[in-house]
Amino acid sequence: MGDYVLLAISAILVNNILLIQYLGNCPFLGTSKKMDTAVGMAMAVVFVLAMAGIVTWVLEVVFLKPLGLEYMRTIVFILVIAALVQFVEIFLKKSMPALYAGLGIFLPLITTNCAVMGVCLINIKEEYNFVEMLVSSIAYPAGFGLALILFAGLRERIIIGRVPKPMEDTAIALVTAGFMSLAFIGFNGMI
Amino acid sequence: MLEPLLLMLALGAVSGTILGIASKVFYVWEDPRIAEVEDCLAGANCGACGYTGCSACAAAIVEGRAPASACIVGGATSATKAAAVMGMEVGAAEPLISENTCTGGFRAPEKYYYMGVNDCRAAYMLYAGAKDCGVGCLGFGSCVKACLFDALKLGPEGFPVVDIEKCVGCGACENACPKGIMQVRTPSERILHVNLNTDRLAPCRQTCPAEINIPKYINHIKNGEYDKAYLTIMERNPMPLSIGRVCPHPCEDACRRATGDDAPVSINQLKRFCSDWVFDNNMPIDLSVAPDTGYRVAIVGGGPSGLSAAYFLRRLGHQVKIFEWMPELGGMIYYGIPEYRLPKAILGKDVQRILDLGVEVKTGVKFGVDFNLESLVGGGYDAVVMSIGAWNHASARIPDEDKVKGVIPATIYLRRQGLGQDNPIGKRVGVIGGGNVAMDALRTSVRLGAEKVYCLYRREIKDMPANHVEIEACQHEGIEFITLCSPTKFVTDDEGNLTGIEYLKNELGEPDASGRQKPVPIEGSETVLELDNFVIAIGQKTDSAFADEEGTAVSRIDTFKGALVVNADTMQTTVPYVFSSGDSAGPPGLLVGAVGAGRRAARGIHKYLMREEMVFPDARLRVDSRRMTGHIPGTIFESVEGIQKKGRIGQPELEPGSYERQHTVAEVDLTVTEEDALKEANRCMRCCLTCYNSDT
Repeated sequence: MGDYVLLAISAILVNNILLIQYLGNCPFLGTSKKMDTAVGMAMAVVFVLAMAGIVTWVLEVVFLKPLGLEYMRTIVFILVIAALVQFVEIFLKKSMPALYAGLGIFLPLITTNCAVMGVCLINIKEEYNFVEMLVSSIAYPAGFGLALILFAGLRERIIIGRVPKPMEDTAIALVTAGFMSLAFIGFNGMI
Repeated sequence: MLEPLLLMLALGAVSGTILGIASKVFYVWEDPRIAEVEDCLAGANCGACGYTGCSACAAAIVEGRAPASACIVGGATSATKAAAVMGMEVGAAEPLISENTCTGGFRAPEKYYYMGVNDCRAAYMLYAGAKDCGVGCLGFGSCVKACLFDALKLGPEGFPVVDIEKCVGCGACENACPKGIMQVRTPSERILHVNLNTDRLAPCRQTCPAEINIPKYINHIKNGEYDKAYLTIMERNPMPLSIGRVCPHPCEDACRRATGDDAPVSINQLKRFCSDWVFDNNMPIDLSVAPDTGYRVAIVGGGPSGLSAAYFLRRLGHQVKIFEWMPELGGMIYYGIPEYRLPKAILGKDVQRILDLGVEVKTGVKFGVDFNLESLVGGGYDAVVMSIGAWNHASARIPDEDKVKGVIPATIYLRRQGLGQDNPIGKRVGVIGGGNVAMDALRTSVRLGAEKVYCLYRREIKDMPANHVEIEACQHEGIEFITLCSPTKFVTDDEGNLTGIEYLKNELGEPDASGRQKPVPIEGSETVLELDNFVIAIGQKTDSAFADEEGTAVSRIDTFKGALVVNADTMQTTVPYVFSSGDSAGPPGLLVGAVGAGRRAARGIHKYLMREEMVFPDARLRVDSRRMTGHIPGTIFESVEGIQKKGRIGQPELEPGSYERQHTVAEVDLTVTEEDALKEANRCMRCCLTCYNSDT
């Protein structure tokens, strides 16, 4: 049990997918201007990653490894994740219209998100068993959500601040992200 | 090599099959029009419509929760297409345009030195911002940051400037501004707006009975944008060519320049200059007309107030028809103001511009004779404006004034002139009265060949209500003023022809209700003045005899001393669908006042027809432009700092004593030159509530 908690803390804080691994930057910058959008995005990522983690792990264990086709991993995962997200969208629209409306336009946005891809690949690389994979697939996007929501809060304040002209918008956002990243490095060695 | 290929093929096939099946199994019926409407929208997913993305907006349009014109970026094009999909007519949707209403900027004094975050909303949290003016722009440009379309810039003077070409009217700037300075409005909303004491209004703009945005149009003239100046005027006054010639300009009495300089800015001459320029150069003028509302309004009386009401009602989207009893439109300013002051051709241009908007006209029909309220209602009209003017003259209370030959009421005297009829007049003419009509009668007499023209008035020249320039012009033309006199009886020959008038001299007593001293006749001071003709010009009344007819709808309209009783704000009479404005709705007043009342009547009718709140907001600004009272507190200054005396431009006129001036009806006052107009425009300090541009 303790291992799983450690794994979760490691995924959320120490190896934060956004600020330490620097994966998933497009939505990090693109959807962090408003708190509402950031929350929606975070939820969608948790949801999709949990699904994608399971499917890709099963695929790896059942097909790729036995067939010795590990080198095909990246391209296979892209295809499968894209198809999965489309399927989930169709499914939700029919079965859970409320959740579909909540996730809105964010679902298709993360079809080919590198954070999703990254976590799936990490799961394989670290040779997690099924439960570990499950914890990792939920904890990493939770870390993603944490960083994104914190960052959105900062950006909402920065936007009313005195920012020099050349540093406006994305430039200052990247600098801010850098500082956040430095702060998160502080968790290094915690585990 | 074969395995990976097979794997990919298999995966692709499986994924495709699953998705294909899923899309059938989990098929959700969606209105096919949603996809069609979505194709019509801009596709920018910008959210300016208030929905999350274009598909949500399209769904809202199809479900009827949003209008077909919901897509702001797509504008009229997408609205038309979306409406076509939905099978309805959108009409030409009215464009929403943002406007900055504060011109304070850097010149606005500050209460304290603010060093906080560079944002209006942040600055506003500290005692509503550092600017002294409670409703002034804070100048940090929150609106500029909020604009997604690059249509707003912080101008060089420290307040935002809207780029009309780029503005889509999304309203982001209005939402961002903590002080409500950015206002995104349709042309109709601008027409319906009345001056409020929370608005940012210069003293002149507060005083103008038509509420014209004077500093704005003078600033346009300063920048050489004469057509924009004209359009600014047209937002409040549809007859600038005429009013630019005859207005007694109460606005100039409130001009802040006059406090520090010798004279106020010559506002009316500038109005005349830019309007003349637009017509002389045949500038294309695009006046927006709102989509058809389906309502029809009848205007009874095509005078200034009726024309003004017709113009504004038409622009608000109603169908308008004017019924006029005389052969020409223009009412008292056509038949009352002489040619040398307001040429008929000039007035005709103003009228034509109004008619060009699609206003119908029927002349030669008289209310109460050829038609009445019942026939108008039966003819499908939803509301009626009674702007029938004041064509009856007030009595001078001299015995036998309607029997003696040679005694003429000024209205008839001037109307004959306006109709081009024979107007025989003797060598010696006397006119009683001190108003502008009296001045018109006097100066017309000079042009008709009278050798000796007298103005009889019961008080002194300084008490005359006529325009100062008019009195001066009379003096230039050799008219003699006999003041402090009260005519008592006519002197006639055996055939009843007028040969003279006997009058008593007056002395001034206690001040009366108008604040002027009351004239008291002196016993035994009888004097006789030899005259061939005597013109009575001491006031006019509305001919509302039709209201006495029992059993008709019109008899339910209350009248008071001949005038129709109206609500002064909505101009509604005691019959709900009948409105009245201009001279028929109160004591006869200024042309510019009639035009302003015409707009209020149009507003009243629009609100009545659209079932909206008719009464004015509590914050309504009520200025008495005659007594110069009721201005927003703190906006009328005792003294003004930093003003250099620049001197007002003169009024170019026909040479006094010249043949044209004395014997023809050629226009006497001329339009100023462009050079003079620019010089005068630069005297304008572009005032607002408390801000102004000082010279130093």
